[in-house]
Amino acid sequence: MSSKSPCENGKVTGVALSTGEEIEAKIVVSGMDVKNTFLRVHGQVGPPRSFPPPREQLQDPRLVRQAEYRAGRDADVPGIAQGQSRCVNGFMHFTDTMERMERAYDDWKEGTWSKDPYVDMMIPTVTDPTMAPPGKHFMSCFVQYCPPKWNGRDWTDEERDQFGQTVIDQIAKFSPDFKDLILHVEVRTPREIENEAGLTEGNIFHGELTMDQLLFNRPVPGYAQYRGPVGGLYMCGSSTHPGGGVMSAPGANAAREILRDLKRPSTVPENFGDD
Amino acid sequence: MTEQFDAIVVGGGHNGLICATLLAQAGKDVLLLEANETVGGAAVTETFADDFRVSRCAHLLYGLQPDVARDLGISPRLASDNMATIALDTAGKHVRIDGARAGGVDSADQAELREFHAQMLKFSGLLRTLLNKTPPRLGSNRRQDLVALAQLGLRLRLLGKADMREFLRLIGMNIYDEVEERFGNPLLRGALSLDAVLGTHLGPRSPNTILTLLYRWSATGGRISSPAGGMGAISDALADGARRHGVDIRTRMKVKRIVVDNGRAAGVETEDGTTFDSLTVVSNADPKHTVMDLVGTRHVETGFARRIHNVRMQGNAAKLHLALDGLPTIKGLDKKDLSQRLVVAPDADYVERAFNPAKYGEYSPQPVIELTFPSLRDDSLAPAGKHVMSAIVQYAPHALRSGWSDETRAGFERVIMDKLAEYSPDLGKRVTDSELLAPVDIAQRFGMGGGHWHHGELTLDQFLFVRPVAGAAQYALPLEGLFLCGAGAHPGGDVSGAAGRNAARAILAREKSA
Amino acid sequence: MTIQQVKQRPLQTPFHARLAEIDRLNQWHNWKGYSAADAYYDHGLEYFAIRNSTAVLDLTPMTKYRIRGAEAAAYVDRLLTRDMSKIRPGRVAYAVWCNDQGQVIDDGTVFHLRENEYRLCSQERHLAWLTAAAIGMDVTITEETADIAALAVQGPTSFSVLKNLGITGLDELKPFGLLHTDFEGAELMVSRTGFTGDLGYELWIAASHAEPLWDALFEAGRLHGIRAIGTHALDVARIEAGLLAAGDDFLPAEETVRPGRSRSPFELGLGWLVDFKKPNFNGRQALAEEQRRGSTWRFVKLNIEGNKPAHHSYIYAKRRGRLKQAGFITSAVWSPVCKQNIALGTVRVPHGEAGSTLWVEIYYQREMHWSRVMAEAEVVAKPFWDPPRRRATPPGDF
Repeated sequence: MSSKSPCENGKVTGVALSTGEEIEAKIVVSGMDVKNTFLRVHGQVGPPRSFPPPREQLQDPRLVRQAEYRAGRDADVPGIAQGQSRCVNGFMHFTDTMERMERAYDDWKEGTWSKDPYVDMMIPTVTDPTMAPPGKHFMSCFVQYCPPKWNGRDWTDEERDQFGQTVIDQIAKFSPDFKDLILHVEVRTPREIENEAGLTEGNIFHGELTMDQLLFNRPVPGYAQYRGPVGGLYMCGSSTHPGGGVMSAPGANAAREILRDLKRPSTVPENFGDD
Repeated sequence: MTEQFDAIVVGGGHNGLICATLLAQAGKDVLLLEANETVGGAAVTETFADDFRVSRCAHLLYGLQPDVARDLGISPRLASDNMATIALDTAGKHVRIDGARAGGVDSADQAELREFHAQMLKFSGLLRTLLNKTPPRLGSNRRQDLVALAQLGLRLRLLGKADMREFLRLIGMNIYDEVEERFGNPLLRGALSLDAVLGTHLGPRSPNTILTLLYRWSATGGRISSPAGGMGAISDALADGARRHGVDIRTRMKVKRIVVDNGRAAGVETEDGTTFDSLTVVSNADPKHTVMDLVGTRHVETGFARRIHNVRMQGNAAKLHLALDGLPTIKGLDKKDLSQRLVVAPDADYVERAFNPAKYGEYSPQPVIELTFPSLRDDSLAPAGKHVMSAIVQYAPHALRSGWSDETRAGFERVIMDKLAEYSPDLGKRVTDSELLAPVDIAQRFGMGGGHWHHGELTLDQFLFVRPVAGAAQYALPLEGLFLCGAGAHPGGDVSGAAGRNAARAILAREKSA
Repeated sequence: MTIQQVKQRPLQTPFHARLAEIDRLNQWHNWKGYSAADAYYDHGLEYFAIRNSTAVLDLTPMTKYRIRGAEAAAYVDRLLTRDMSKIRPGRVAYAVWCNDQGQVIDDGTVFHLRENEYRLCSQERHLAWLTAAAIGMDVTITEETADIAALAVQGPTSFSVLKNLGITGLDELKPFGLLHTDFEGAELMVSRTGFTGDLGYELWIAASHAEPLWDALFEAGRLHGIRAIGTHALDVARIEAGLLAAGDDFLPAEETVRPGRSRSPFELGLGWLVDFKKPNFNGRQALAEEQRRGSTWRFVKLNIEGNKPAHHSYIYAKRRGRLKQAGFITSAVWSPVCKQNIALGTVRVPHGEAGSTLWVEIYYQREMHWSRVMAEAEVVAKPFWDPPRRRATPPGDF
């Protein structure tokens, strides 16, 4: 896909794809995270020195704390459900104390994945059987905390699988027959999420949602209005206000700002309030 | 016959003394009741071993607001001023921080520190203007609140665009990310992290630990000094001033309850059953103790009682005092260096790791320490040739899971001595006597709930407009005639005097407008 | 063991088997998680049981809290706006409680069971608030909704029915009084309370004894026209009596999010429950301020011309010869016993003084076609239905 946004006289002129093709446009809107947009893609032609501000303001060490984990499974819902509980319809957590969650985070601070991770598990096929062959099931787990790097170096495949095993072991504690039901396992650490979905360090919010990176500070102070430092270049992804979580507000807000710059009437609803 | 006063101040900490003095200056007949034998609260100099004296709780002076000192005419004689901070290294490659200058670090770090220091100074100056006045009531339409809020916004805007942005970015941020971004030298990172978390239940990665650092710097820009005669000298000066203005100070009078009559504060009753009448009662005690114990929740609104009940005030700092038969040695430091402020905080990660167990009710097996040898600067504290060490040690949670007992105190003291031995192998041999005050001891001795210096954690949800809680940030509690004047009120703790002075002003202004 | 869509069964009261047995209509709804019926065979007939004979309503889903401890009396006195020191053991009080801003959280009945022991009965659940109110007081709050089975026994013959059941001491039991008696070895509490504005009682017993009590009660009432009723009939009766329903006539303050959507006791016509002689109760400061400044809203009882019930209608008031919107109807019904088109509503002060005239914009539908009438309405001061038998002690033996 795109490898750089050509830029002349402080204005974008289009995008260049990795295939070599160049597409001209007066306006380029990036739905990528801000680091991808400016440091990796646009950065190749050198943004103004003032952007991003001299120090990296998206704080790498905190970027990613989750891994995604998916397992195909056959028909039975294990121990926890016994086919009798509505629990299987919802998100399932095994973390019974705040202390366990906090300790899981302590591991992350030390640059390793949580030995006793916080698992956010769901079985989508309970409500949507079309996601698996008849009689089979599909389970998806969000797992925290999981650093993008392992003590500062890349994950190995063995470590990734080990991490997956940790999660399976935790689930199995509550669901003794769980391991026997697994047909296929896929573990995606921030490394895979970055490589496949293009999210820097696998951060699903395109940058941590902390006070210093929210509202007028999102993505960085001075550029919270969806406009980049280069004319015609806009941001519309989760790096921008208000942030990530399939909420679509950044996209709508960005569209409104672009239309304003184009002096076109805004066709984006201003208010979704109910009063 | 019950004695009557215009105002009664409950508790003779420095804020209580200041508030009482200012009320007396305004012509009020003021009674101040103190549970202990001496006034001064956490700013006292006391004997902890035969012939050895020490600042028993707070041991360095950095927070006294210049405006307060000026208003009350206090200019404490200093045994030392502008102390350097020396971040200790086991190998003797210490880092010495003198304000904006750092020794023992590379030129990049030196440049970063200069920039960091200048920025922190600017922002702590802005904070100072906020601390020295009553916070405006949010959502109020009263003129004075709107004006104060507008002034606050204007002051922020006057910082200029870049600084305003940076201030708003930094205020909620943690110190860990900031020092990791800026500095290469781990000792420098550790020492600045320690400054940000001292006296709190926060680690360097906890939210708003830049705010706590700015708070610490707000009075004197981080300049640290030590009064001659210890911190008690400050309290003595304040008490003298109070008496001079006619404040009736009575010690060993522990207040049992604040008398509520027909829905308003009407006086106090002491443990021995004596009652004193006054339509103005000012509590220097922490907000929780004031409302939950002295007033009783039934006399305030439920929602308010719930907020007070939920104020977080878990103390984590222990105090270690050592009587020494001679000066210990630390590799790479001479006698003059030992009279500075020394810190054991070799890295920001170390400080964070020390904090981890505190979250789970355990003390740090590898603690962070701020230590001083005050007798080097002040020979009144120890016999000739002998010395005193005073150290603040973190983290030692108030609610220790195994409970604070002689055993656990001894265990923590061993941990501290082992840690100090890494830097000063001969320290242990010099010790003739020692005293460890765990947060429970500090709570009991100095009457601060949870043993928390600030009478309530310094976090954004308990700061400024919402300190100690929403609906009580203007010193008046929602019970007619009852006020707060201690560290639990805006702006917070340290020997700063801001809360006491702001409270007195708020009380007098309220009277005027009534 | 396979995955299946598991349906959550609604909670059932201990009377459910009996109710299911008499049910002919299958009109169940969710009452705080419990299955409750709008009506069992005909809501009109059920309604007339309240006014003409004896109606029995399963009120087990009403939220019930037990409050006990050395400071229980001080606790309820601070919680509630009225002076609870006047409510002696053996008495019941209708009461409201407010948040710090003086806005009504809920209304309910408080049963002073014994010294330092109360039962609080309300429409909504309030454990979080009640627990917060207990901070710093020697009192424990326990929810006992599921443990206590409760029946409302209401109507002119209810006294005779209960006497027939063998309950003694009813002759002396005044309105808002309660007595404890024995029923087959269990403690049965009888209170002369209700939500119908008529002669009536409420029975309270351990859930385990629910069915025997039901059976004995219906046996005792066989010759007195006893009938089980659903909530529809009750709702008609309570509007006639001018009684408020949480969720309809006001929203619990803690559940509103928009400013101005909650109501103070004054704004619900419950100023008589606020006792400023008490030095402290929750919301006192705010209510004193409201009394000084004046309220925004006023609760009104309306007698509306015509026969089209004014559900959810706008209320208008005349200002300078023109009709201006002044508020809205919160409950409305055709009253069979008063033969009046009645409603409860909320209007902005200064409108809605007793005796004044307002207008109600009523939309009604007949076979898909909508019509609109602007009906004149009179603000009335007294409940629409308030028979002397409600208070007569001893009650008449019908």
